[in-house]
Amino acid sequence: MDNQGEIWEVFIQSKPGLAHKHVGNLHAMGEEMALQNARDLYTRRKEGTCIWVVRHADIFSSNPEDSGSFFDPSDDKIYRQATHYVMPEGAKHI
Amino acid sequence: MTDLEKFNDKIANNIKIEPKDWMPDDYRKHLQRQMSQHAHSEIIGMQPEGNWVLRAPTMRAKVILLAKIQDEAGHGLYLYSAAETLGKSRDTYIEELQTGKAKYSSIFNYPTLSWADMGAVGWLVDGAAIVNQVSLQRTSYGPYARSMVRICKEESFHQRQGYEIIATLAKGTPKQKEMAQDALNRFWWPSIMMFGPHDADSYRSSNAMEWKIKLESNDALRQSFIDKTVPQAELLGLTIPDPDLKWNEERGSYDFGEINWEEFWNVVKGNGPCNKQRIKHHVKAHENGKWVREAANAYAKKQKEIKKAS
Ligand SMILES: [Fe+2]
Ligand SMILES: [Fe+2]
Repeated sequence: MDNQGEIWEVFIQSKPGLAHKHVGNLHAMGEEMALQNARDLYTRRKEGTCIWVVRHADIFSSNPEDSGSFFDPSDDKIYRQATHYVMPEGAKHI
Repeated sequence: MTDLEKFNDKIANNIKIEPKDWMPDDYRKHLQRQMSQHAHSEIIGMQPEGNWVLRAPTMRAKVILLAKIQDEAGHGLYLYSAAETLGKSRDTYIEELQTGKAKYSSIFNYPTLSWADMGAVGWLVDGAAIVNQVSLQRTSYGPYARSMVRICKEESFHQRQGYEIIATLAKGTPKQKEMAQDALNRFWWPSIMMFGPHDADSYRSSNAMEWKIKLESNDALRQSFIDKTVPQAELLGLTIPDPDLKWNEERGSYDFGEINWEEFWNVVKGNGPCNKQRIKHHVKAHENGKWVREAANAYAKKQKEIKKAS
């Protein structure tokens, strides 16, 4: 028999306005249990105002070992940075 | 406390409203309209700049322009995502754009006639957008505020690359300087119209301010843009095309001339130089992409079946 259920990744919004942030994971059988367990495990001190739980199996991740080639397209594009541009002497608010 | 009281309480205490929170219907509708209009502007705004990709004067200028346009596509996507949290699908938003039910910023209905216009667009149009967007980082709807923070981080390169183009032309030959001045002449007034009607005539901004969707009035934002931009023009020896423009010592701001609102409303109503062309092009691109979406769907379905079978 399955003693552990599935793994769920937990994301907590610590207050309205902020993005949900990954805090860790847990085991649970079904989404309702995952949500309640997340509350009990990760927010015992009112750490949040909203929780998301996501099945670990549903997360499709890039591979950090391949990050070199994966993120390569943005490597040599220094012109995407504001500092690449030289503003005329005396220019303000730009 | 009733739902409405709770909502008003949050607004009063600057607590952000999040997608699952109760919100008045009109608040939701106002955001759906404003955020989708904002998203549409980012997307349609790629067209006037796309016009110059193949004619950029140098390789460097070309890759910069491409990178800038790519950012605008990204901004459109951030904003559509945020707008979808209000319970309306992306397909619906796009349909509203294509059928004319939804608007986008009027500035993108003006043509880009010379390379100098790429400078004027980055410097003035992105400059005006930045003033507006910096203010919106504090808007009361959480997903909108977060997308604004992301967008603002990316915008500063846009304005600087535009100013660099204008500065280069302004320091060039008399003919090049003339090009810079001509672009400024054509884009100045439409840029300051981007902030919308005067507060007294703006029938929409009242509730938006109460709900803290908007934090500063159209006129305040416009003034802040003008005060920042006039010295930037002067530094390059360019003249703002407004004979009434002058520094007001008492206010610590520039006074400026009467805005041609007739032109503004005319363009909003669809009669600007490029309104029809912009939407027609959007519809065409959308239709031309249909087979790609179909192929991607078919491929995803097939992969699912293979995974299931194994
Ligand atoms: Fe943008
Ligand atoms: Fe931009």
